Amino acid sequence: MRRSIDTDAWRFLLAEPEWDLVGLWAEPGRVHLLRRVGGELDHVSLDCAASYPSVSAVRPSAVRLERAIHDLWGLVPEGLEDRRGWLRHEKEYDFLPVEGEGIHQVPVGPIHAGVIEPGHFRFHVQGETVVRLEQRLGYVHKGIERHMEGKTPAEAARLAARISGDSTVAHSLAFARAVEAALGQEVPPRAVFLRALMAELERVANHFGDVGAICNDAAFAFIHAQCQMLREETLRTADALFGHRLMMDRVVPGGVTQDLGDPEKLRRFIAAARPRFAEIVAVYDDKPSLGDRTNTTGITRKALVDRFAAGGYVGRAAGRAHDARKSPGYPPYDGLSFEVPVFEAGDVNARVWVRIREIEESLKLLEQILDRLPAGPIAAALPERAGEALALVEGFRGEILCWVRLDEAGRIARCHPRDPSWFQWPLLEAAIEGNIIADFPLCNKSFNCSYAGHDL
Amino acid sequence: MWQRVVRNLIGGPATEAGPKPDDEALAELAARLDGAARARLGRSLAIREVDAGSCNGCELEVNALSGPHYDLERFGLRFVASPRHADVLLVTGPVTRNMRHALLRAYAATPSPKWVVAAGDCAANCGVFAGAEGVVGRVADVIPVDLHIAGCPPSPRQLLAGLLALIETSGRSSAAGVASK
Repeated sequence: MRRSIDTDAWRFLLAEPEWDLVGLWAEPGRVHLLRRVGGELDHVSLDCAASYPSVSAVRPSAVRLERAIHDLWGLVPEGLEDRRGWLRHEKEYDFLPVEGEGIHQVPVGPIHAGVIEPGHFRFHVQGETVVRLEQRLGYVHKGIERHMEGKTPAEAARLAARISGDSTVAHSLAFARAVEAALGQEVPPRAVFLRALMAELERVANHFGDVGAICNDAAFAFIHAQCQMLREETLRTADALFGHRLMMDRVVPGGVTQDLGDPEKLRRFIAAARPRFAEIVAVYDDKPSLGDRTNTTGITRKALVDRFAAGGYVGRAAGRAHDARKSPGYPPYDGLSFEVPVFEAGDVNARVWVRIREIEESLKLLEQILDRLPAGPIAAALPERAGEALALVEGFRGEILCWVRLDEAGRIARCHPRDPSWFQWPLLEAAIEGNIIADFPLCNKSFNCSYAGHDL
Repeated sequence: MWQRVVRNLIGGPATEAGPKPDDEALAELAARLDGAARARLGRSLAIREVDAGSCNGCELEVNALSGPHYDLERFGLRFVASPRHADVLLVTGPVTRNMRHALLRAYAATPSPKWVVAAGDCAANCGVFAGAEGVVGRVADVIPVDLHIAGCPPSPRQLLAGLLALIETSGRSSAAGVASK
């Protein structure tokens, strides 16, 4: 439950030593802070007319969130020097200066060479070595948060499903769980299991794609081709089971919109994919020329990962074990058995291995879910009333936060979805430092942050 | 690895037969393009993809076209890194305020004759983002569009059927151009 506090209490909380920043968002005249303290969530809000004490001074992961809050809601973070617009691009943008002998700039984007999302990367390089990378994002900012306001949960769910297309199931699930919690609405058990089935299929599909794409950026096309085939077959299985390759608009507040097709198709897919992927993993493990590219490249240190509370494969590749499916945990995962793989090296190779192990775990989870799938209805009707709640869901990138408040008519008064990319993008700036610029695509792909999910 | 390579060689390709060119796309193109422009493009098209505000769902499916199942390049279609090398801009998403300028510059940098394909429902009519404050409009509100491919996101087969209509149209007209000389 949210506690409304005053400025002194806000400052006191910021000064506490041990806590993780999970979310920071605003609405007219109010700013919200979600912390994780010793594994417990603590949601506080501060009513403020024009400004509030900045969180960035104690948690640098808040810098971009505060710049976004300033852009969208006009609230000024007291103490944050960086007031450059983040999601609004009307003004000229001054990149941070770098001084030194023989340093030159390499501007990249917003349109990149490949088929990927837009964003600008400003490299300062000395010879081939990156001295500093500064990102500028916000190019695909559509104003999703404001656009959700006044819509029914069913209408807003279509927007939640399009926050980041590759995480459509996870974002839809976070939104649905937040709305259901706000209304105190239970979801039928079958829907709970079907949601997890879709979420794990999404995780597997994305990880297949990433493992292949990372190897491709290390010029190893064989694994890329093999993984592209596995990804395509995963999407076709999803299409056969739920009628959409990405399973968009299948998870909605109240349940799911489509029951499972023939479950044997999924069992056959798992039986075929498992040995084929094992073969690919053996090739990855066995190629020194590939390992030469991925080992010790793009290292994120554990201290930094902890400071940014970065989740997903970025965190777990550097020793940070957090997984929202375990903590705070949500059904049906509390009744399923799975491991959260953790590696220590924090390099591209470790991020590949986290994905490899997660694919294996998710394939096991899919089998468990099929074995235990309860019968019954797949959706419940939602009451129309006011409420406020948040939900945390583990997407393939990491922990997704969604907070929602409904008005008396049960419509969206305010919604804030926070993609895991917010806390991963800044770490990419740190990871590339001291690497050669030619390794940037490799590092970037191993992070695979969402532009759309971040820009909203 | 080599066993897999040998098995793949013996087992035949994973690549599937392509779809037929999309009829609606053919009709849209026939109405839109004059014979001279078509004749100059021939049967090979270089495509520059531009995400003008998409949720990245379209990018996932566009990327799938390069995989073994679809193998886009066998049709003479390929993705290029620069708009200066492109015949076709394949644009996704509603156009955001922050991407409008970059889209205009990419269009200006693409040499004529050029075609613009608006892929996905957002590119065609802003989709669920219609009216959002960061969105300036559909692709056709910013640059001239020659072909629309529907879907949210369009599947790789839908994308392929639309792009094959481009090839088909240009191929037929260049044959006609030769015959008339």
